[in-house]
Amino acid sequence: MKCLLSKAKHFSAAALAVLALTFAANQSLAQTPPNVLVVGQIAEPKSLDPQAVTAVNDFRILMNVYDGLVRYKNGTLEVEPALAKSWTISDDGTVYSFKLRDGIKFHDGTKLTAEAVKFNFDRMLDDKHPYYDTGPFPLSFFFSAVDTVTAKDELTVEFKLKEPYAPFLSNLAYPTGLIVSPSAVKKHGKEFGRNPSGTGAFKFAEWESNAKLVVTRNDDYWDGAPELEAVVFRPITDGNTRVAEMLSGGIDMMVEVPPDSVASFSDNAAYKLYEQAGPHVWFLILNAKEGPFADKRVRQAANYAIDKKALVENVLQGTAEVAAGPTPPAFSWAYNNNLQPYPYDPAKAKELIKAAGADGAEVTFYVTEGGSGMLDPIPMGAAIQADLAKVGLNVKIETYEWNTFLGKVNPGLEGKADMAEMAWMTNDPDTLPYLALRTGAWPDKKGFNSGYYSNPEVDKLLESARSSTDQAERAKLYKKMQVIVQEDAPWVFVANWKQNAVTSSAVKNFALEPSFFLMLHKTAKP
Amino acid sequence: MSGYIVKRLIAMVPVLFGLTVIVFTIMALIPGDPALAILGSYGTAENIAKLNRDLGLDKPLIQQYLIWLGNLLSGDLGRSYTLNRPVLDEVLERFHATLILAGVSLVLCSLFGLLAGIVSAVRQFGWADRVITFLVLIGISMPSFWLGLLLILGFAVNLKWLPASGMYAIYGGGDIADLLSHLLLPSVTLAVVATGVIARLTRASMLEVLRQDYIRTARAKGVSERRVIYRHAFKAALVSVIPVIGIQAGLVLGGAVYIETVFQWPGIGRMLVKAISTRDILLVQGGVLVVAASYVVFNLIADVVQHLLDPRLKS
Repeated sequence: MKCLLSKAKHFSAAALAVLALTFAANQSLAQTPPNVLVVGQIAEPKSLDPQAVTAVNDFRILMNVYDGLVRYKNGTLEVEPALAKSWTISDDGTVYSFKLRDGIKFHDGTKLTAEAVKFNFDRMLDDKHPYYDTGPFPLSFFFSAVDTVTAKDELTVEFKLKEPYAPFLSNLAYPTGLIVSPSAVKKHGKEFGRNPSGTGAFKFAEWESNAKLVVTRNDDYWDGAPELEAVVFRPITDGNTRVAEMLSGGIDMMVEVPPDSVASFSDNAAYKLYEQAGPHVWFLILNAKEGPFADKRVRQAANYAIDKKALVENVLQGTAEVAAGPTPPAFSWAYNNNLQPYPYDPAKAKELIKAAGADGAEVTFYVTEGGSGMLDPIPMGAAIQADLAKVGLNVKIETYEWNTFLGKVNPGLEGKADMAEMAWMTNDPDTLPYLALRTGAWPDKKGFNSGYYSNPEVDKLLESARSSTDQAERAKLYKKMQVIVQEDAPWVFVANWKQNAVTSSAVKNFALEPSFFLMLHKTAKP
Repeated sequence: MSGYIVKRLIAMVPVLFGLTVIVFTIMALIPGDPALAILGSYGTAENIAKLNRDLGLDKPLIQQYLIWLGNLLSGDLGRSYTLNRPVLDEVLERFHATLILAGVSLVLCSLFGLLAGIVSAVRQFGWADRVITFLVLIGISMPSFWLGLLLILGFAVNLKWLPASGMYAIYGGGDIADLLSHLLLPSVTLAVVATGVIARLTRASMLEVLRQDYIRTARAKGVSERRVIYRHAFKAALVSVIPVIGIQAGLVLGGAVYIETVFQWPGIGRMLVKAISTRDILLVQGGVLVVAASYVVFNLIADVVQHLLDPRLKS
């Protein structure tokens, strides 16, 4: 018997020895090297081919490896020159001619030319192009207005559009418009996404699946070499684990901090918390075709009845701001500052519902379990249900997994539901209202207007804003549209998400962008 | 014996074949398709149709399956559309990581489970038995992902002794000590429940054996207590514990899904979860195939070991 126990002691001694060994091996564990930034990402990237990806997670890396013809000015969603040093737009808004900067080289040593730019767009848009099969290119429809791309001379490239399309420039600043090296595509074919070559501030160095992706400083960067020697992107999908890595010193920066953990970083001098509202709207689609929400008064009542401030402060713990209308304030040039959110006014909501004779109406509410930009959809759904119950709407929740949910909502709510959660993140003030509020965007016309809102005046405003090339004129039209849509209340406007990030206090010159991209060109970590 | 193994391996083929049919059908039946998962809120009918065409998903289901099966026979598991790389590369890399984690956990839970069970049985109702039974109860009842988070908090965040996540250090790692330090927390977390199960079973099995006549005979003959317990009782008790260890091996593989998520272990469980939610059919197929095959193999190994240990089964 004694020997049994002594065996057990041997075991624990051995286990302790292993422990001691592993601790000894990790004395320097909580240190990341100077001038190297380790970023905790939310997922493994899919590909570093900017035309092949759709997720912000991938965009955060791509924007540091590639440039587009144009880019968003720091801190805004307005475009400024990048690879193109200037451009002209024809009066009818259908011909864009870009002058490229001279002497720019891709990381593989080949030269950036007008032909290279043409190759990029032809590869994505022409299904007979020899390298079309290096796709698919899911977001190529951003450029579906492009008719032809011509290299006028070595450094002049001309885009002919099928019709005037004002968001074209913003779309060029989006990752789908980043310029890749044609010779690298030809060399690596389908594997280009793992062997990328761009013109950006950082060069691709190494990608170890599910562990790390490393980019290193491009000393010849046309806009000045970056401060950092290297950036390491680590996929850490679980939010709590990301927080633990940040606290234990395994990473220098983390994106998308879970709401519960924000306070523990903001109160601690060893860390710096960043917040930035983005081009995001979280809203409820209301079925304006049938049921109680066919009556505008009930739709407005829903806007009055839901306590958005409580949702944002309690459920989302301050990681979002209350939305006033369909356009996020991040599009500062197109946002109507006079717009005030619907106040929380249950008494008024009750009144409107009584007047419309909808008291005690049954409402089916589609809620999703999660999904891109959906924040905390289940608790939000429950809080909304409770708010609506207080004003006499009897809400029945149906919860679906994200893909199933989209499969139900996108074809339209008719005959199935009265309201549904939804969130969008876009790169131009045109995108969301054009795809989700026009009469021409009803689900049967292949749009996303799943609640069947229709107002001819809004349709007209959106069409003219799309074809105008004058930003001031476009801004005027969008501002007018926001007032009408707010009054018509086809949605309950709930929240604009604030993207957040935490860095260790050693990280300098970092700022979050309203685009939600991660720009590390100027960032330092001595 | 080798004939038996070959027979079992051949019987595996229809099982795996049926499995691929079921997985393919389920993935096709659940709502939402890969194109929609990729496009998200941009998934108009038009965009979805175009992307499905580019992905080769517009063909009839049966044709898609036959193409997949044809490629499988030549060792090609297709290309993942969410990861943009060959399924085989991804699955092998991931499975390697899972095998290390599950293998070490299995060793831990077998060692500690058997040991705890023996001590518990030999000292039935003594203080050692009470302590072990109490610990085992806690181990079995504790959600492992929660235990994982607690261990991270304790050892990585507060003490900073061990890394919080991953398989290797980002800089300067890559050797065996680095791997062990990353492996310790997840493998212990993963082993806890299985250790409890094995300990309880070993205790019960040992107690039963220790009451047998031949044990009393052995003791009466003056055989040393150590020999009675290890040679006579434990060997007999092991026979009924081995198949359970085989089953635990499968459960450990399954449990790896949570643990891999908490510890960001780059294993196959985490890959499958993501592949299912993004409707990456080929990746799910490849992953399930490998997990199922290994489950069958683990059980086969357990059966073989049992055959070798149990003279009654040898004939």
